[in-house]
Amino acid sequence: MKKSTNLIIVLTTTAIISGLVLASLDNVTQPIIEAHASEVLKNAVTNVLPGIESYDREIKEGVEFFLGKNLNGTIQNVAFQAVGNGFQSKLKILVGMDLEMKTILAIKVLEQMETPGLGTKIETDPSDKKNPGWFYKQFFGLNLAKEKISYLKNETPNKEKGQIMAITGATISSQAVVDIINDAIIKNRKIFLKQG
Amino acid sequence: MAKTKTSLLAEFTKGLWQENPVLSMLLGLCPTLAVTSSAINGLSMGLAVIFTLVMSSALISLTRNLIPKEVRIPVFIIIIATFVTITDRSMAAYVPDLHKALGAFIPLIVVNCIILGRQEAFASKNNVGRSIIDALGMGIGFTMTLTVLGSIREILGSGMLFGAQVMPDAFAPWLVMILPPGAFITLGLLIGTANWINAKKG
Repeated sequence: MKKSTNLIIVLTTTAIISGLVLASLDNVTQPIIEAHASEVLKNAVTNVLPGIESYDREIKEGVEFFLGKNLNGTIQNVAFQAVGNGFQSKLKILVGMDLEMKTILAIKVLEQMETPGLGTKIETDPSDKKNPGWFYKQFFGLNLAKEKISYLKNETPNKEKGQIMAITGATISSQAVVDIINDAIIKNRKIFLKQG
Repeated sequence: MAKTKTSLLAEFTKGLWQENPVLSMLLGLCPTLAVTSSAINGLSMGLAVIFTLVMSSALISLTRNLIPKEVRIPVFIIIIATFVTITDRSMAAYVPDLHKALGAFIPLIVVNCIILGRQEAFASKNNVGRSIIDALGMGIGFTMTLTVLGSIREILGSGMLFGAQVMPDAFAPWLVMILPPGAFITLGLLIGTANWINAKKG
């Protein structure tokens, strides 16, 4: 009996001390981690919404929209996050669009853990030293009033038709980016353009 | 203590080569293979392991007479997990980019067999000084191996070392080196080389 009491005391004490240490550490690090995350998001939003001075966050039907405003506080454009599965990881992409959600202004890949050297080219392509972001920059200015985004291989894409060039060796990652953005635009367009 | 004492220096150096956790004991291979797609990832993984290993060894060695045998494994795991969480949260707060690159492998240090192995085999039987030296040796041995592995893979797989271009522009990177097969191939060759050197020494 005495032996087992001792075991319980030792384990409980260890767990309590560990809990106390971690709880106090969390108090210190959590605000820093959150501040960093919101800083990253802020930079990303200003990146995909060109020419804005500030932005507002608005939740509509559970979807988070970032409304870009100019100096006078007039709403200029809108951004939202598009999330989905890539080839081997979750992709999180921030999409900036005009207020009618017809033209993509810019996009930014927030999170990806795709195959190094292939799928990671959706974010940066180190082999293209002059323009490492060539892939995602293809989405800038795409007009989607009539068509959805589609991707091509070995053909010159036509921007007017919403076409982009897929990455050689990473078709699935390229396709995933296209699909995720298409789906998010269709879904969010309905929510955003609904009055009230 | 009746058993002959190894010198402190030998206690330190054994982890670097003769008992190198990766090359000779084949411990902790999961993070070794997974994070070494670049030299900086290997080095930072190693540093995180050194911190956890040294802190857990010191604490476990200090409390070794208080912990009953029956519950030593759960107690060790709680201590190790606490230090790993400290590392993980601090890295997320102060070096977020690195934390992102190492992903799930920081929390997984908890189940890295090198750490539990050293507690069981060494820290729970030796005094604090020796345990810290042992942990440092093992940790540095692990870090060196990971950094070498990461460097080889980064040079051949992306033509860079620590993010700086080292290969001529004409060099076409061997993509396979930064993919999982490259990890197995390089690690196999490294272990083979280590065994070959040992065999030659006789």
